[in-house]
Amino acid sequence: MQSIAEQDLGTPKRQSAKQVTLNVDGRQVTVPAGTSVLRAAAEAGLSIPKLCATDTLEAFGSCRMCLVQVEGMKGFPASCTTPVAEGMKVTTQNEKIANIRRGVMELYISDHPLDCLTCPANGHCELQDMAGAVGLREVRYGYSGANHLDAPKDESNPYFTFDASKCIVCSRCVRACDEQQGTLALTIQGRGFDSTVSASQAESFLESECVSCGACITACPTATLSEKSLIKAGQAEHSIITTCAYCGVGCSFRAEMQGEEVVRMVPNKDGHANHGHSCVKGRFAIGYATHPDRITKPMIRASISDPWKEVSWEEAIAHSASELRRIQKKYGRDSIGGITSSRCTNEETFLVQKLVRAGFGNNNVDTCARVCHSPTGYGLKQTIGESAGTQDFDSVMDADVIMVIGANPTDAHPVFASRLKKRLRAGARLIVVDPRRIDLVRSAHVKADHHLTLKPGTNVAVLNAMAHVVVTEGLVDEAFVRERCDLGNFESWARFVADPRHSPEATAAATGVDPHELRAAARLYATGGNAAIYYGLGVTEHSQGSTTVMAIANLAMATGNIGREGVGVNPLRGQNNVQGSCDMGSFPHEFSGYRHVSNDTARETFERLWGVPLSNEPGLRIPNMIDEAIDGSFKWLYVQGEDIAQSDPDTTHITAGLKAMECVIVQDLFLNETARYAHIFLPGASFLEKDGTFTNAERRISRVRKAIPPLAGMADWEVTMALANALGAPMRYNHPREIMDEIAATTPTFKGVSYARLDELGSIQWPCNDAAPTGTPVMHVDHFVRGKGQFMLTEYLATEERAGPRFPLLLTTGRILSQYNVGAQTRRTASTVWHHEDVLEIHPFDAEQRGVRDGDLVALASRIGEISLHASVTERVQPGVVYTTFHHAVTGANVVTTDNSDWATNCPEYKVTAVQVRRTNHFSDWQLRDREEGVSLRRMAKALADAAE
Amino acid sequence: MSARKRVTIPIRIEPGSDLPAAERAAVLEAVNRNRALEGALLPILHAIQDRLGWIPPRTLPLIAYELNLSRAEVHGVVSFYHYFRQHQPGEHVIFLCRAEACQAVGAVALEAHAKRALGVEFHGTSGDGRYTLEPVYCLGNCASGPSLMIDRELHGRMTPERFDELIGATSTSAASASGSASGSAT
Repeated sequence: MQSIAEQDLGTPKRQSAKQVTLNVDGRQVTVPAGTSVLRAAAEAGLSIPKLCATDTLEAFGSCRMCLVQVEGMKGFPASCTTPVAEGMKVTTQNEKIANIRRGVMELYISDHPLDCLTCPANGHCELQDMAGAVGLREVRYGYSGANHLDAPKDESNPYFTFDASKCIVCSRCVRACDEQQGTLALTIQGRGFDSTVSASQAESFLESECVSCGACITACPTATLSEKSLIKAGQAEHSIITTCAYCGVGCSFRAEMQGEEVVRMVPNKDGHANHGHSCVKGRFAIGYATHPDRITKPMIRASISDPWKEVSWEEAIAHSASELRRIQKKYGRDSIGGITSSRCTNEETFLVQKLVRAGFGNNNVDTCARVCHSPTGYGLKQTIGESAGTQDFDSVMDADVIMVIGANPTDAHPVFASRLKKRLRAGARLIVVDPRRIDLVRSAHVKADHHLTLKPGTNVAVLNAMAHVVVTEGLVDEAFVRERCDLGNFESWARFVADPRHSPEATAAATGVDPHELRAAARLYATGGNAAIYYGLGVTEHSQGSTTVMAIANLAMATGNIGREGVGVNPLRGQNNVQGSCDMGSFPHEFSGYRHVSNDTARETFERLWGVPLSNEPGLRIPNMIDEAIDGSFKWLYVQGEDIAQSDPDTTHITAGLKAMECVIVQDLFLNETARYAHIFLPGASFLEKDGTFTNAERRISRVRKAIPPLAGMADWEVTMALANALGAPMRYNHPREIMDEIAATTPTFKGVSYARLDELGSIQWPCNDAAPTGTPVMHVDHFVRGKGQFMLTEYLATEERAGPRFPLLLTTGRILSQYNVGAQTRRTASTVWHHEDVLEIHPFDAEQRGVRDGDLVALASRIGEISLHASVTERVQPGVVYTTFHHAVTGANVVTTDNSDWATNCPEYKVTAVQVRRTNHFSDWQLRDREEGVSLRRMAKALADAAE
Repeated sequence: MSARKRVTIPIRIEPGSDLPAAERAAVLEAVNRNRALEGALLPILHAIQDRLGWIPPRTLPLIAYELNLSRAEVHGVVSFYHYFRQHQPGEHVIFLCRAEACQAVGAVALEAHAKRALGVEFHGTSGDGRYTLEPVYCLGNCASGPSLMIDRELHGRMTPERFDELIGATSTSAASASGSASGSAT
């Protein structure tokens, strides 16, 4: 069922230089060539009845409702499949047409339940509307014949139902799964009267290939596919356009509301990042927002072993401020700091870093991008001059060769993956560089031309070898390099990579990649037309993360694959606002817009506006804060919306650091793992409860709009503001729009951004300034932002973390479609049906050697920690490599990961840990202690516990 | 609330390792012979049915994997064509013509007799597992109807009596290996 607020023009929009004018029912209408008569009529304000057509899918011509008459044409052509022609004269309504439509509708209704009043689609059903439009008054066939009225209902999926009795077999769901999602999990089985919709091989939706993206539900014109939440609540009465708070794709949604209750989330057709598509998380997994685990009252305690005590906001804020003053007085100005969140809005992030810089008087602010894409910021700044991806998502539709490195888009960025797969189905070639066989390597209608199965930790060697092939085989785009890049340093780079030690053959021993395959992949990338690179955390989360990012930029520059549609270097950012949190000055060394704190002009801008002197010394990064806490010099930490005790590597070290602090303030939706070590808990607000903006992986700034009031009474920006005011560093904003105005006034790349402009344009890709008043979809078009592109020498250095006799396997970690990061949200939704525990993927060879069978409990030990989890024996991983996810706190995947990190940015080396695996019959000591502490460090005062029950 | 599903990750990337050897071989051979054809699915399905007599649903994941299709797509095609069988047939398949010319010369009576003699309806298999009865619409033998085809062999001017003889003969021919009436030995 489509959104209550959207109009359906019947068939997709066509782009054409040629305009065609036709006459529909006496009205002149001009549309691009290739447009259907159905759409042309809709654009002229005429509504032709239709059932199988919808403007998100190609026309199909099966329902026979949209028949029209065209002067000079025989019979009654279907207007959805008839393209417009110059001078065409179309009649959409007359008695003959009405009779046909009514007759067809009569047939539909003869096999459809007449339970409109109790049907979930009541009030918003296309079949009902069309029956009304054609004036159906009777069904002469009766209901005694064969029919599908007793067809069973499939309720297996936790989020939606499939009620076959209401199906009119229009194929919209099947086509949505094919065209939009690209999973092709649905089909029409049988033929004629026996045709029915089937998930995979007549299976339940849950058992089938379905990935629960919801595209079929939006496409369904009846109640056949309906959200369970809609069935329960009924139709919404208003909707609010907002932006998803899960991954870096940043899909636009309409939150359909009944008063202050969200009925369902419907992807927004006008959303520039997602064009009406969604995934299981954004569309369905929002139950966490109203989960009983939400903490809605501020709480304090003197020590982490004490039970929590509820207090008023005033008391919590005053206590936070007095602790801060006490500690800063006792231990010095630099003994305190804050962590901003990539889950919070730009405005909130900006305020936290402002609080730290202006209120605390130091630069001890960092963000979770530290542990994901900080190497992207650094590596791209060094080479091409800006810490962000070069393209918009739509650019992939112009790519001829797509190279995916260290990213698993079908799980982690599903909506972008659907676009990418659409391009692959249209013929683009694909190179996958990944130690695992991700779904893109081979799945329905997708097959990588080359899969380079490298050993974890050897990205730089592989990219250098590709560059070696490009340089030594004469595949460099010399014109591009000459015009756009610094020649001197290109030449030294070319000499460097041309060295025989970088050849595919020479590096094969280290990388494990077949040299022939690598050469072929490099040639394809360099000569296959528009070549685009998409990469993820498999690139950044390494000891050479920044080097890898620079090697990627080198390769793109050398082959001229930057600065136009269809090419580029594209980091797939993990979190909804990780790009934004970096843009907003969350790093200890940078103000908003990536200006170093030692940059006098930038600093003076802020000093003038904020009226306080600012430090020109970079502050502490998260790992430094933890180290200094253990050393005894860092004592007070404000953590907004981040769970470092679960997400950061070497959990034991992190928790030791937190325990060593005198005051930890956690601001979050839930009493998360970090909150076990907190002294003050400030309740957070979900994305539904506040106004603001998120910036996605394509630099797109989109509005987050308040749909319901904050459960705890205050949005996160209001809490930070209260804290600042209590400290005597006054902040006075009446609305986040005023914070954005301050960001725009102080940040050159955001100069043209305002809420008014965002409302007008829908979304804006920065840089947005006088030169680009509507934003910048593709960057570096005529020249690099930094002037000349800089080639950087990228020497491969093997990580110190390597397999040896004690730890012979390499562990790498990742995400799965149905869960999100630390799982704080998705674990509190019905999505656990797909992934209720983290499992260890291990190759059959390694499993057999260890006597491990599929499903066994195994101990996973590294040099720093040990956990137990169930094994899943699979060829998806190569021999010597094991893989797990980190969605469940009880697993403690990061107890095993080490404190190794990227040389430039400290981004942890999550993707490579030397481990051993053995069968076990018990959980690890850490897990047992963690379970006990999970109770003992989360106790509530008696009255509170009673109230909670 | 839906039942909790185990976190399942397939052990083998390539499906079908648990298929009976004959089925796996039939699929792979059909795929390898036809893979490069445009629209290879139909010829592959025919080849599999020719070899196995049916298209076991459990082979669909392997067919889909080999052709880079979804299981749903293959299922959609298999289920669209009545000719493709999703259940194992009897040892012999009898195609009885129901087209107009045969109907004009006694096919209706023959159909009734055949159903009675075998104790099945169309698409059914006799209790002893020997015969599956299928309707067919014209075998191109209209001058000599009523027609039927047992396995690959066409028989014209069929009567109930000859039908009885024929199934008697077919019943024993496999044992005698005369090959006169049986083409099912492949």
